[in-house]
Amino acid sequence: MANVFSSIGDWINERAPGLAPMYRAHMTEYYAPKNFNLWYYFGSLALLVLVNQIVTGIFLTMNYKTSALEAFNSVEYIMRDVEWGWLIRYMHSTGASLFFVVVFLHMFRGIMYGSFKRPRELVWILGMLIFLVLMAEAFMGYVLPWGNMSFWGAKVIISLFGTIPYIGDALVQWIMGDFLPADATLNRFFALHVIALPLVLLLLVVLHIAALHEVGSNNPDGVDVKHGPKGNRWDAAKPADGIPFHPYYTVKDLFGTGFFLTIAAFIIFFAPTFGGWFLEHDNFTPANNLVTPSHIKPSWYFTPFYAILRMIPSFFGTAIWGVIGMFGAILLLALLPWIDKGAVRSVRYRGLGFRIALGVLVVSFLALGLVGAGVTAELIPEWFPHADVTTWENAFGRLMVLGYFGFFVFLWVYTRFGFEKTKPVPERVTMHD
Amino acid sequence: MIKRAISSIALALGLAVATIPALANEGGAELAPAGTNVADRASLQRGAKLFFNYCVGCHSLKYVRYSRLASDLGLSEEEVMTNFNFTGAKFGEPVISHMPVDDAKAWFGKDPPDLSLEARAKGVDFIYNYLNSFYLDPSRPVGWNNTVFPNASMPNVLWELQGLQTAVHSEAAPGHDAAVEKLEITTPGRMTPEQFRGATRDLTTFLEYTAEPAALERQSIGVWVILFLAGLTFLLYLLKHEYWKDVHDSH
Repeated sequence: MANVFSSIGDWINERAPGLAPMYRAHMTEYYAPKNFNLWYYFGSLALLVLVNQIVTGIFLTMNYKTSALEAFNSVEYIMRDVEWGWLIRYMHSTGASLFFVVVFLHMFRGIMYGSFKRPRELVWILGMLIFLVLMAEAFMGYVLPWGNMSFWGAKVIISLFGTIPYIGDALVQWIMGDFLPADATLNRFFALHVIALPLVLLLLVVLHIAALHEVGSNNPDGVDVKHGPKGNRWDAAKPADGIPFHPYYTVKDLFGTGFFLTIAAFIIFFAPTFGGWFLEHDNFTPANNLVTPSHIKPSWYFTPFYAILRMIPSFFGTAIWGVIGMFGAILLLALLPWIDKGAVRSVRYRGLGFRIALGVLVVSFLALGLVGAGVTAELIPEWFPHADVTTWENAFGRLMVLGYFGFFVFLWVYTRFGFEKTKPVPERVTMHD
Repeated sequence: MIKRAISSIALALGLAVATIPALANEGGAELAPAGTNVADRASLQRGAKLFFNYCVGCHSLKYVRYSRLASDLGLSEEEVMTNFNFTGAKFGEPVISHMPVDDAKAWFGKDPPDLSLEARAKGVDFIYNYLNSFYLDPSRPVGWNNTVFPNASMPNVLWELQGLQTAVHSEAAPGHDAAVEKLEITTPGRMTPEQFRGATRDLTTFLEYTAEPAALERQSIGVWVILFLAGLTFLLYLLKHEYWKDVHDSH
């Protein structure tokens, strides 16, 4: 048997001599720092969810009908009449939400440990592009079941482009292919959701990993293992603090995969709607342009950005400032490598100001999520029965918008003018477990 | 560091979970918990009986097939076709009400909605409370009103079971209509209030099932899937631990 395998291996090697070196360069001879902690599971988990979305998505398209008349019924057909259809659909819908959970944590890791800093700016930029495409992908996927929230969500989000001066209205009609989200919209969103954007996403993921492997992984200490002492058990010329990605991180990520799948299975089998957060109540009613849901809100993973949009008021007779603020919130993240001028990467050795600012960023982001989801609008009257809900919500929401944008302004001033008092960074990585 | 990371993730998850009830209670008014259990087959069968006696005259279940009802509720084809099917539909066909759409609009002002997904669209608590909150209101076209869904077009079709409920109004503020303070049963029905709550709970359970027939199997399968994954994760942990021994030792 071993003979058969090695002769197949030789046969391939003769014809594609580049394959084995490529495998070694990215797996067995890619030396990653040995001190990765919990936060380093989320990259591989994002890849896992991407594969899940593609595989379950393929099976969903086998029974989904791309038509405003049939889409809603076909989803219920999948839920009831297709063998295991309910499981495939829940894997896809839960996967979409968990994709964002994982990606948010992955991005937070990057900010916390300074992984976006030189020389990994390109890795970060590619990651931000992935995030943008992922948001478009998720938005269009959300429209496909053609429930009432699909319809109204699509209407609200597409209308954002209407705030662009001069071309806005024409642009909105061009995107929808109609005067309302309609059959034409559904069909083009299907095309973009199942083929165009996934192709872009896959390409960007390959580039993201390729760019990472060019410069090497960062780590919780923010120490450059490539510039540290050389020589490990496998290679005298490679970083002393590096270990081969395979088998060390492949087995570690397998463990992370098992843990993650257990949690995912719990949601899929016991709480697939997740209390209305992953599948919303209003989306179990077919799209109806005459009945507006009581609260139109996007999926939970868009709510922080949606809250920024809502909290920024109109000036000079146009509402475009909110749209600029919303996209600016993402753009600023992409610009982090140039906003943060600090030399020290990891939060472990950065100044107190950075730690506090990072906390403010996290709190504002989560709080904006609650504002965008309409939770604050419900809690305020409960906690303060005599308060004016709109005033209070706006005050709270705008404070959180300030917190979010304040992070970037503070970070630039803090690092550009030398206010940051950093701790000494160790020569070698440290291990804490 | 790992401990800190775990506690911060736990905190974030906790925050997310803490907001679930806030969102679940979207109706605004306080709703009593329906207390349904779709795994209770007897309750499902009683609920189905009520549905086909009192509801199907107006409301369809267009995503539910008679054949599926039979297998999921543990009934024979004959039982379903004689007791539940009044329209001459075939066993494999869905439950479609015979009410003509145009007449329905003339009688009630709107077409009675399909109820297949009602429990997922509105929530079981809404349905349960709605069914218990009808009261006589001569000012409404059909003579009934509802505190959970004010000015509903639907009359209380279960009145002979519940009896007649009347509203006790609080004193009206000037310029406002008097608010309904509570509902009282003024003419008893065939059921005691306790029995009626049980009956409406059964009916709600049945609608919870029709909204997601997969709910019957997903939990029982889920237990095994999670046990398998937990075992697999434990083995993978041991594997990781074994591989990483030399990394930890060399440190």
